[in-house]
Amino acid sequence: MTTSRLLSLEHWKSWLWSVIRFVLITGLSFVILFPIFQKISTSIKAKGDLYSAVVVWIPQNFSLDNFKQAIQVMDYWATLFNTFALSSVTTILTTASCALAGYGFARLKFKGSNWLFAGVILTILVPPTTILIPVYLNLKSFDLMGLMTLLSGKPVNLLNTYWPFILTAITANSLKAGLYIFIFRQFFRGIPKEVEEAAYVDGAGIGRTFSRIMLPNAIPSMVTVMLFSFVWQWNDSFYTTTYLTSSKVMSTQLSSLPYNLAQQVTDGAASQADPFYLSMIQDTGILLAILPLIIIYLFVQRYFVESVERTGIVG
Amino acid sequence: MWGVIYVLPWLIGFILFFFVPLLASLRYSMSTIQANAEGIAIQFTGLANYIQALTVNTSFNRALIESITDVLVNVPLIVIFSLFLAVILNQKFRGRAVARSIFFLPVILASGVIMSLESTSLIEAVNQSSTGGSAFGTLELESLMLNAGVSEWVVTYLSGAVDRIYQIVSQSGVQILIFLAGIQTISPQLYEASKMEGATGYEAFWKITFPMVSPLIFVNAIYTIIDSFANNAMTKLIRDTGFVKFDFGLSSAMAWVYFAAIAVILVIVSVIFSKRVFYQD
Repeated sequence: MTTSRLLSLEHWKSWLWSVIRFVLITGLSFVILFPIFQKISTSIKAKGDLYSAVVVWIPQNFSLDNFKQAIQVMDYWATLFNTFALSSVTTILTTASCALAGYGFARLKFKGSNWLFAGVILTILVPPTTILIPVYLNLKSFDLMGLMTLLSGKPVNLLNTYWPFILTAITANSLKAGLYIFIFRQFFRGIPKEVEEAAYVDGAGIGRTFSRIMLPNAIPSMVTVMLFSFVWQWNDSFYTTTYLTSSKVMSTQLSSLPYNLAQQVTDGAASQADPFYLSMIQDTGILLAILPLIIIYLFVQRYFVESVERTGIVG
Repeated sequence: MWGVIYVLPWLIGFILFFFVPLLASLRYSMSTIQANAEGIAIQFTGLANYIQALTVNTSFNRALIESITDVLVNVPLIVIFSLFLAVILNQKFRGRAVARSIFFLPVILASGVIMSLESTSLIEAVNQSSTGGSAFGTLELESLMLNAGVSEWVVTYLSGAVDRIYQIVSQSGVQILIFLAGIQTISPQLYEASKMEGATGYEAFWKITFPMVSPLIFVNAIYTIIDSFANNAMTKLIRDTGFVKFDFGLSSAMAWVYFAAIAVILVIVSVIFSKRVFYQD
């Protein structure tokens, strides 16, 4: 038995494949994790270790000085709170409005709904850059078809408030919302019609059927959309650096980090700080910015990976 | 009429934050815009902005061609790579859960700011050069392949891919997810049947997996194109023209040329795929 197994070509082939697979996956995982490890290693180094030839990965002198500097320059705790608040609010609103729209497009067909869905696809296809300026000017003097002038006498400037994000999230037009509507639509289309019909027979209306029957079933796709929406809002530099220039959120802080560092960190010396030292703090800053996401991901990844597989992004 | 109610929030947003701005942007692109005390004054100038963007502006054409070639080079690589990885991650092996969560990590981390800061990071640059240029030793591989008679074009393409492996890996998180979801909907009976008939894993891939996920190859190609067009040198130029030089008209014209270029690429890709994609129903 064992000899025949050892001689069998199939056995050797599968063994060889396992080895190749292992090498490939380990190698690529390394490529993905390498920058993160590198940042961690950089961030806990003392300044002197930067030029020490002995130190490659594990620092000779541990130091949390970089963290102190980065936290101070980024105004980290306030920034963290703002970013968290902004991302959570938009995530909840976006998920709700996109679920509604997705259900409407999937199950409640009406005249012209296919045309409107073509509009959803169009919002995915048109690069946000194309409509950036009109939206910007629109928000700068926000009028809502004369309504604002009627109420307060003049259009309102919504820039540097959270309103642009809240308004676009409520109306399912925030960052990549077209994609979320698409995910929800595909998912709701995949749920058997009988489930709904049973609910109607039992006397539930459309609203009740949706909230009691369809939404609980849609939890996998909701997890996916919520995670995507939270993370992309967190990382988004496109809208935040345009609409929220003065507010302290993570991505604006990150994009102005090199400048702020050069301004604030003077290295004790009178003139300029060592660029390597600045780069070191900058890396620490990046690490601090993505750390909350990594922690969240560690908690939800299992659920996320499973849920995505059951989302039915597949047509 | 319930459908209208469910879609209404989106529709309001679509009109307010998409459709009207889209038309306005088209109008701006054909005007000069002057901001003054009362607001903005818009003056129709026809195609002047487009002509300026395409012929006068020094960086526009370069940025446009650069971003288009970037996309054309990267999209096939990302799609093939993510399909390959999805197939591997779908197999049973020890540590599969860990491997999956690592490979989806880039979905979380890939972001404009982080990427651009990283490319300016001095420490990263030093570490890269200390490993001796090309970290993966593509040089030997290159000469080996050239000696084996592989055409030079293919060799440079592949070795370029190896050098850009981090970029490719970090851009293919979502695509791997989509492929993985697709592969898992394929009924296992198909594989069992083919195994009974004596098909090898290689044959099963090309005869079953590949045709079944081919609609998703299309979806992923489109997604990758849109995704890689969303944040690059071109969008930066458009924003700088708008918000640093305050030339809203020129910026809008650039954005429309850019959109037109993307649309053309998307149409070409759709035409190529629509003939080859296999649909089950």
